[in-house]
Amino acid sequence: MKPGHGEILLAEGDVEVPEQEQELIEAFRRELDAGMWAAVPTATPGGRREAELVKRFDEVPRDAERVIFFPRAAGGAQPAIG
Amino acid sequence: MGLALGTAAVVLVVLLWELARPTLKRTLARLHPLWQEYRRGRAPAGYDPGRERRAEQRARALLRSCVSERDWAMYRDLGFLRVWGGLGDHGRGSGAAYAYLIYPHKPIVAYMPQTGELLNEYCVAFPDHTKPYGSSRLPDSDDVLAKWMALTADERRLVGEANMHLPGRQVDPDRVRRDIVRLCRWEQQTAREPIPPSGRGASNGWDPDNITAA
Repeated sequence: MKPGHGEILLAEGDVEVPEQEQELIEAFRRELDAGMWAAVPTATPGGRREAELVKRFDEVPRDAERVIFFPRAAGGAQPAIG
Repeated sequence: MGLALGTAAVVLVVLLWELARPTLKRTLARLHPLWQEYRRGRAPAGYDPGRERRAEQRARALLRSCVSERDWAMYRDLGFLRVWGGLGDHGRGSGAAYAYLIYPHKPIVAYMPQTGELLNEYCVAFPDHTKPYGSSRLPDSDDVLAKWMALTADERRLVGEANMHLPGRQVDPDRVRRDIVRLCRWEQQTAREPIPPSGRGASNGWDPDNITAA
């Protein structure tokens, strides 16, 4: 997620292919080093949608379709407008 | 001898400088506007409504792909998301003792679904300090998604990061109460009839589904 842009595709690949997995790991580390949070959207067997925060690449479920990076939370929302 | 040569060298340099100075000044004056133009071209533009609308469109598509159809319809129709609290004895779900309302770029409001009583405001933001287009502010729907992900993934952590205030500090409590009533009506209505694929927007008349790229 980026201000002024929205979603940006950072990397894509198959974790079963070692070179592609390495690229995904590097992209993952780069984002976390930049201070982003990483979340994996999930669905429970009952159909409920949730998210899972991950801090290491090996915490990402192998069957995850995507990892979403977003700026870390900071207390103090901007003053309400309108 | 050495002193004479040194003095001559200094005089020569000064003379050359004096001769070259007007040419250098003219050249710099000519290059200045070109340099300004180059910098303007490289620098990110200021606020661009078209870019912001496209960003919001992408953000809405991402939000829709993450939350349930019902939650998406709630956000589309009402302009906010309700997330059940998960820290109570009842667990997360419709029987939860409390819930949150997530508004874009406003504090998260906790309330009691059974009574409608407002509990707290959790002021939290997700600023991108790299400011890619001069602003650290995510598109509205990205802000909602960030809050939704953080709340559903680790509610305790998000609540811990947020600044907690009594209701009414930033969000008008009357508006929140009205939104809770709207939510109840919406739930009754959508329980009777299937959720339409597209609905009218929030109370301000804004139709979120009709955003078009500029």
